[in-house]
Amino acid sequence: MGVLLWRGFDFDSVMAQCFGNYEDDCTKGKQMPVHFGSRKYHFHTISSPLATQIPQAAGVGFALKRDPARRGRNCAVVYFGEGAASEGDFHAGMLLASTVPSPTLFIARNNGFAISTPSSEQYHGDGIAARGPGYGMHTIRVDGNDVLAVLGAVREGRRLCIEEGRGVLIEAMTYRVGHHSTSDDSFAYRPRQEVEDRKRIDNPISRFRLFLESRGWWSAEDEERYKEQVKKQIMQAFKRGENLPRHELKEMFTDVYSGEEPWTITEQREELRTLLQKYGKSWEPWRSELKKYKGEGSEFMS
Amino acid sequence: MSIALMKDDLAVVFGEDVAFGGVFRCTMGLAEEFGRERVFNTPLTEQGIAGFGIGLASMGHTAIAEIQFADYIFPAFDQIVNEAAKHRFRSGSQFDVGSLTIRCPTMSVGHGGLYHSQSPEGFFLGASGLKVVIPRSPIQAKGLLLGAIRDPNPVIFMEPKILYRSAVEQVPMDDYEIPLGKAETLTRGSDLTVLTWGTPVYHCETALHMLSSPPESLAKHIPASVRSAKVELIDLRTILPWDVETVTESVRRTGRLVIVHEASRTGGVGGEIAAEIQNRCFLKLNAPVKRVTGWDTPVPMQYEKFYIPDALRILDAMVETLNY
Repeated sequence: MGVLLWRGFDFDSVMAQCFGNYEDDCTKGKQMPVHFGSRKYHFHTISSPLATQIPQAAGVGFALKRDPARRGRNCAVVYFGEGAASEGDFHAGMLLASTVPSPTLFIARNNGFAISTPSSEQYHGDGIAARGPGYGMHTIRVDGNDVLAVLGAVREGRRLCIEEGRGVLIEAMTYRVGHHSTSDDSFAYRPRQEVEDRKRIDNPISRFRLFLESRGWWSAEDEERYKEQVKKQIMQAFKRGENLPRHELKEMFTDVYSGEEPWTITEQREELRTLLQKYGKSWEPWRSELKKYKGEGSEFMS
Repeated sequence: MSIALMKDDLAVVFGEDVAFGGVFRCTMGLAEEFGRERVFNTPLTEQGIAGFGIGLASMGHTAIAEIQFADYIFPAFDQIVNEAAKHRFRSGSQFDVGSLTIRCPTMSVGHGGLYHSQSPEGFFLGASGLKVVIPRSPIQAKGLLLGAIRDPNPVIFMEPKILYRSAVEQVPMDDYEIPLGKAETLTRGSDLTVLTWGTPVYHCETALHMLSSPPESLAKHIPASVRSAKVELIDLRTILPWDVETVTESVRRTGRLVIVHEASRTGGVGGEIAAEIQNRCFLKLNAPVKRVTGWDTPVPMQYEKFYIPDALRILDAMVETLNY
């Protein structure tokens, strides 16, 4: 999400996707929260299956290399965790990018946990970085909690990737201080104190803040002011996004195919129309559900 | 699983996050009770989990694997369809993986979308050699799971997620099995057969109730003539191989069949059943076999209420079939 925000994706767009309201252009409310995507910002839409993006990125990198306007200027970047790196697709993607080859930057965020599974049960070897040389790939391991070190490593990784037209692997070491998701309570499998300690001692945000302060570029007052301002913006976007209706109900049937619509979808949309016209006004569970959509399902009522 | 582990020293339970109890808490306490050698986390690789289980089972061990969501079973599709299902056939019975069971949560709870609400049972229909089982309730889940673990064939055991959250039953403590391949008739009837499995069983029960005593807001759509209809409700339970005898016998008596599943219509299990039933009951049918299913789109999260068949859609299909 940091990449998207840096490229100009705004808080309203973030909230629209997370709430699945009618401003959600990423997935039109079809995917779960945090499945962002933006053609404008060159960010392929996230899907839930793990590691599937990794060999895809090798294909994206190859397409960039074949494009005369972008060859030698751009590379593909793919993000994944140390858990996803156990999937077959990780190995396939690494192998393809190094062999075909394709300018693809593989950024593994090793945060120590795949839901409950600690990295000690994810691999017995030396993390993800150790796999890079096996694929003949330039590899950098970096302290993921050191903002400037990550910046330096990614700049260098990108340079090598584009210059050599081949995959480069970066492993950023960090620690997941949050729960995996809203339905996860991580204290069921790790001590609360461990998390609190990591938050306090090795927090990338406070480390970077202290660096800025030591240079005299930032102060406690700047920090407070900035936090207030960002918090306000986020809460405004949150409240706005929360209250907007979903896309129109008819969007359920769109974007399955392009070109001529298969008869199955056409007929099934008509089947739903018949049902909604028959029951949509009288059956309370449907009537209240319809209110959540932009237009309240009116496109089906006439 | 505790019973399987207790009675069979060769049984092991493994998968992503199973050691701490699993994301749906199905394996809670098992690692503590039976040790981490028998109940363990695997790295995050579904094809690896399936392949590992096949190897284990081919050595005569009892492999109880978990794939965290049925939606994520597809990386293991090759291992399951090309390897597990064909193991016995291709080796002339020298090797088999009958002691392999793969558990996975399936179906929707209303807000999962493309990758947490799918019902992929239909994809396995062509994989002869495999069995596919879907229980409807806690008592059923226990008996069918023990049946699956001990069945001499590899079994995909799909657990409707709704069971983890809202199903309550007094489950016997003892060891008991429910045989695979047998449907169960939940309500006897003579005018219409409704066939389903998993989560929609509950929607069908609601629909049956709504048919006999419609709420006021629906009364005008439910003619008095159909309210007294005797509807037979069947839980298929085993999807592959499915119990053609029970369904055929029922439809011969009722002359009408409505099939309900959450998966999309095209390529869904309903199509296979409808074809077989019209073949066997053609002259007895008073109405076309009707399917109430998800639409032919991926599962769309914000639209799930109008995507997944609910009691009203089932009720409407029953009325239409009865009035045909």
